[in-house]
Amino acid sequence: MAGSESYNDGVVRQFAVMTVVWGIVGMLVGVIIAAQLMWPALNFDVPWLSFGRLRPLHTNAVIFAFGGCALMATSLYVVQRTCHVRLFAGPLASFVFWGWQLIILLAAITLPLGLTQGKEYAELIWPIDLLIAVVWVAYGIVFFGTIAIRRVKHIYVANWFYGAFIITVALLHIVNSLAMPVDALLSYPIYAGVVDGMVQWWYGHNAVGFFLTAGFLGMMYYFVPKQAGRPIYSYRLSVVHFWALISIYMWAGPHHLHYTTLPDWAQSLGMVFSVLLLAPSWGGMINGIMTLSGAWHKLRTDPILKFMIVSLSFYGMSTFEGPMMSVKTVNALSHYTDWTIGHVHSGALGWVAMISMGCLYNLIPRVFGREQMYSEKLIDLHFWVSTIGVVLYIASMWIAGVMQGLMWRAVNDDGTLTYSFIESLEATYPYYAVRLLGGLVFLVGTLIMAYNVWKTIAEGEKNAMTPVIEPA
Amino acid sequence: MDAGTWRGIFTVLMLLLFVAVCIWAFSGRRKTDFEEASRLPLDEDDQNRPPA
Repeated sequence: MAGSESYNDGVVRQFAVMTVVWGIVGMLVGVIIAAQLMWPALNFDVPWLSFGRLRPLHTNAVIFAFGGCALMATSLYVVQRTCHVRLFAGPLASFVFWGWQLIILLAAITLPLGLTQGKEYAELIWPIDLLIAVVWVAYGIVFFGTIAIRRVKHIYVANWFYGAFIITVALLHIVNSLAMPVDALLSYPIYAGVVDGMVQWWYGHNAVGFFLTAGFLGMMYYFVPKQAGRPIYSYRLSVVHFWALISIYMWAGPHHLHYTTLPDWAQSLGMVFSVLLLAPSWGGMINGIMTLSGAWHKLRTDPILKFMIVSLSFYGMSTFEGPMMSVKTVNALSHYTDWTIGHVHSGALGWVAMISMGCLYNLIPRVFGREQMYSEKLIDLHFWVSTIGVVLYIASMWIAGVMQGLMWRAVNDDGTLTYSFIESLEATYPYYAVRLLGGLVFLVGTLIMAYNVWKTIAEGEKNAMTPVIEPA
Repeated sequence: MDAGTWRGIFTVLMLLLFVAVCIWAFSGRRKTDFEEASRLPLDEDDQNRPPA
């Protein structure tokens, strides 16, 4: 009954607040391990604080806790608004929230204890993996159930991207986590050797493609038009963008295994598909940025739009850089260096974090019964602080990475290596310092956001009800 | 037919599928549908807010 019914924003509010909380935790752990690379003594010889255990804690916290909560908050908000209907299976949505928080908590306990499967971005041990599968299926039921009971004919493009993200992550997680348990804490993967490596990087790269890209493109397709007050630049392009992106991403994984025992043809296949990815990635970026076409003046005054447009610019940069780095000859220089770390963070901080922050600044006042955020000035300050943080971070890692690559491949006339590994490490210290500074500055930006969100909620309506409106 | 031929045929099929999606998306008949769809995020006007 449109009109008498309201949207289920309780779960949206919970996920939105936890996005900020986990953002601070994940980025703080990142700053700590960046400091450990400068000053290794900072692990205090305590096993739980060693780099090898805190690094997966950092990646899991920022990707699955911060990014995951942002995706769940926005997807459950967007699917209700664009379907003109209240969320399907409300209690199940609460189960998704509490289940997801429990998984994060278990990750925060097991990873420092050194309990791991040893698969990058899939470190969590098998009992937690089972829990993830259950919660994820529940999330899928809530999301697709809401689409099934929609009151409009069309499924808006943002929901296509969110839907692809939910289905693909379920598939990736289950296939990559297939393992034979030995006891409650230990298991062995059912794959062996290079097949295990290929499954892992099929998972790993599609975690980037579907968790960190498709879902956030869903955010872009709803919140950029919303904030700009005009429809997406080209709806037709968004359709082609969707099918091209999801078809090509699936095949790009082998570029993580260049010059390994993976068959050469598979490496080349991964390289070709990675280069092809440039086209749909830039199609999506252009579609988002051009939404402002004819209204560029809004960028001067609206700090939320600044967040969104700059995040799309970082998306464009990192999706140009990625295909380039997947070319085998470039990869021969870049792989195993800090260039990769720079690339990942231009995507993770510049694109993923900044689009999430922009969208949250749009969403939070709306679900807490406020006209706007507590302070527009603080949003602007946050924008500049985080942009400077990202630039410091990625510029230092680019320089460090190229330098390391060149030092490692340098040979003398007699064929011996010019530099020892430790010499390249020593040369990297100044860049580690700049990276630490960049990460710290970005974390300060997130703290500014947390204060702004806190003040907004304090003066807002904690149980705000937004009526479901009739489809136009 | 050997595996290589199958792969070639499959590649051509995928290419045709992509071209078909493009033609479908850019055909004139979709225009009004898409215009309506692209307004979906904007339907929720800013008056539709809970009272503060």
